[in-house]
Amino acid sequence: MPVSPDIEKSSLHSQELQSQKKREEWMLLGLSLPAIFVIALVVILPVGWLFYLSFVDSQGSFSFEHYQKMVEYKSYARVFIATFKVSALTTLICVALGYPIAYFLAALPSRWSGIFMLAVLLPFWTSLLVRTYAWLVLLQRKGLLNDLAIQIGLWDSPVKLVHNMTGTLIGMAHIMLPFLVLPLYGAMKKIEPDMMQAASNLGASPVRAFCSIYLPLSVSGLAAGSLIVFVLCLGFYVTPAVLGGGRVVMVATQITAILEHQFDWGAASALGVVLLLATVLVLYLAGRFFKFDTALFGKR
Amino acid sequence: MNNSTALPISIRGLTKKYGDLNALNSVDLEIKSSEFLTLLGPSGSGKTTLLMAIAGFNRPDAGSIKFGDAEMVLTPPHKRDVGMVFQSYALFPHMTVSENIGFPLKLRGLAAKEARGRVDEALATVQLSGLGDRGIDQLSGGQRQRVALARAFVFRPRILLMDEPLSALDKKLREHMQIELKQIHRQLGVTTVYVTHDQREALTMSDRIAVINDGELVQVDTPEAIYNRPKDQFVADFIGESTMLALTRDGDGRLSFGAEIISSSTPDSSVSNWRLVIRPERLHLLEGGANTSEKQVVFRGRVTEYVFQGETAFALVALNDTTILSVRFGTGAGSRLRSLELGALVSVGLMREDVILIPEEGQM
Repeated sequence: MPVSPDIEKSSLHSQELQSQKKREEWMLLGLSLPAIFVIALVVILPVGWLFYLSFVDSQGSFSFEHYQKMVEYKSYARVFIATFKVSALTTLICVALGYPIAYFLAALPSRWSGIFMLAVLLPFWTSLLVRTYAWLVLLQRKGLLNDLAIQIGLWDSPVKLVHNMTGTLIGMAHIMLPFLVLPLYGAMKKIEPDMMQAASNLGASPVRAFCSIYLPLSVSGLAAGSLIVFVLCLGFYVTPAVLGGGRVVMVATQITAILEHQFDWGAASALGVVLLLATVLVLYLAGRFFKFDTALFGKR
Repeated sequence: MNNSTALPISIRGLTKKYGDLNALNSVDLEIKSSEFLTLLGPSGSGKTTLLMAIAGFNRPDAGSIKFGDAEMVLTPPHKRDVGMVFQSYALFPHMTVSENIGFPLKLRGLAAKEARGRVDEALATVQLSGLGDRGIDQLSGGQRQRVALARAFVFRPRILLMDEPLSALDKKLREHMQIELKQIHRQLGVTTVYVTHDQREALTMSDRIAVINDGELVQVDTPEAIYNRPKDQFVADFIGESTMLALTRDGDGRLSFGAEIISSSTPDSSVSNWRLVIRPERLHLLEGGANTSEKQVVFRGRVTEYVFQGETAFALVALNDTTILSVRFGTGAGSRLRSLELGALVSVGLMREDVILIPEEGQM
């Protein structure tokens, strides 16, 4: 008779169960290997190559030459300021347009919101380039918009709507809008309709109920959407290049210019690296702000 | 705490249609000051529609809603000054417990210090003292329910509305909260309109119950009257358990079931067909040879089922092939039920005072 039957019972099959667990863990790792391989190939290697190029001068030796130039020449600073300015303005326009759209979608019964959501998503499914050139057609001197405005007497002579900041912002806001609307819609959909009823019942006017209840409850979606739009704008190339007509110089367009005119891979790489670091910094700061944010709005 | 003057509510001709559906069909209801009135009905009966109309969340097609002497039917909800406990509680997740309860006070411009005192007082009333700084997601279901209640009465409304506030709680907590809500109501003295589909809850808590069905009030009465003297088949069926027996009327107006004479006269001679409503707990087992007398009606039948349920047990007694009586008994040592056997022939008695007669459906 063994010493204690209980101890024996508690170790029943324990080794086999352990090794079964181990086997499953290895299998999961095996399944994710292809993805890890692809990411290493298409992300980590090129970005590492970019870093390497940015630290090599025209003679092929290690130097900080490209970064020194970026500090010395004012034009580089101007490009970065312009990039942040265009991104911030685009984000603001998207917020102003997107908040009411998301509110409208969230308030509709789901049968209708599906149809209207399609209208928001439809541009997503057409090529970025096509949409950008479509704006060019609409906005140019003899474009549809100018013709129409002159016909109904809004203005007398063609207004310059494209190949400048105006055109760039119109195009970028249009392309970025879904990125803001989707997370915002998600956050708004989670707000129970009786929240607003409760606020009203407790004595809050519609405006007050919106400011004290609805806005704070939707702010997480708004912040997430704004961040996505802002970060995507920082590296945007096609739309500013086509609709800016060379007058709106952002980092991405500048990189192309350097490569086309000077064929300076080092300088272009350095710009790319700085843009990448700036983007990471924005995400990091936003992440810190969000922690502060959730502390402010419950979850204590 | 009880320094707000409660207000009576007077509802007249309130009508609301959703398409072809009559959610409310010209409802008239007088709710007395300080009364605890329950709107009781099955789902889709219009009880919530009526409550929401009082709160101002839906616009009736016609009718009048008065709080005291003031007509409210056109007043927007945020100016009605009624407290409301929502079925989902509707607590604001981005505010602490204190901020939730303090929200209506802040809207009314109370000084921070006074508001603080009122919030603490309300927390004490619902037995949540010391939990003011908690977030809503740190509370249990029962605690959330209490916060929702505190927020609804902290600004001393003269009318309190509750929309199935206990439906999300488990049975034990729900029964505990029923008693607690009743005590808080007594303490606050505020006119309270309570919505539920649970007839037991309605019987437990209410001063009066308004039974509502298909958008119409069927009977408005005290719990005892609703239970003992249901006006029609719907009320008899919806509230409590019951067995209904169709009666026959002879030339002299006597109502009988088989050979047993249930009533020597017809309550209302304009109605020809009547039913006898029998509450299972009003029946009692008799010794072998008892007969129908001046005091009681006796039914004979065979025991076809016997179910033990803890505090009570019930037996099904088949009087004939189609009629089965449900009889409820205590389960104590003195209970006769202990000697029951399936298939045994038994006599059950119903005291004449417990006879409930209702007109057959569609013969009002």
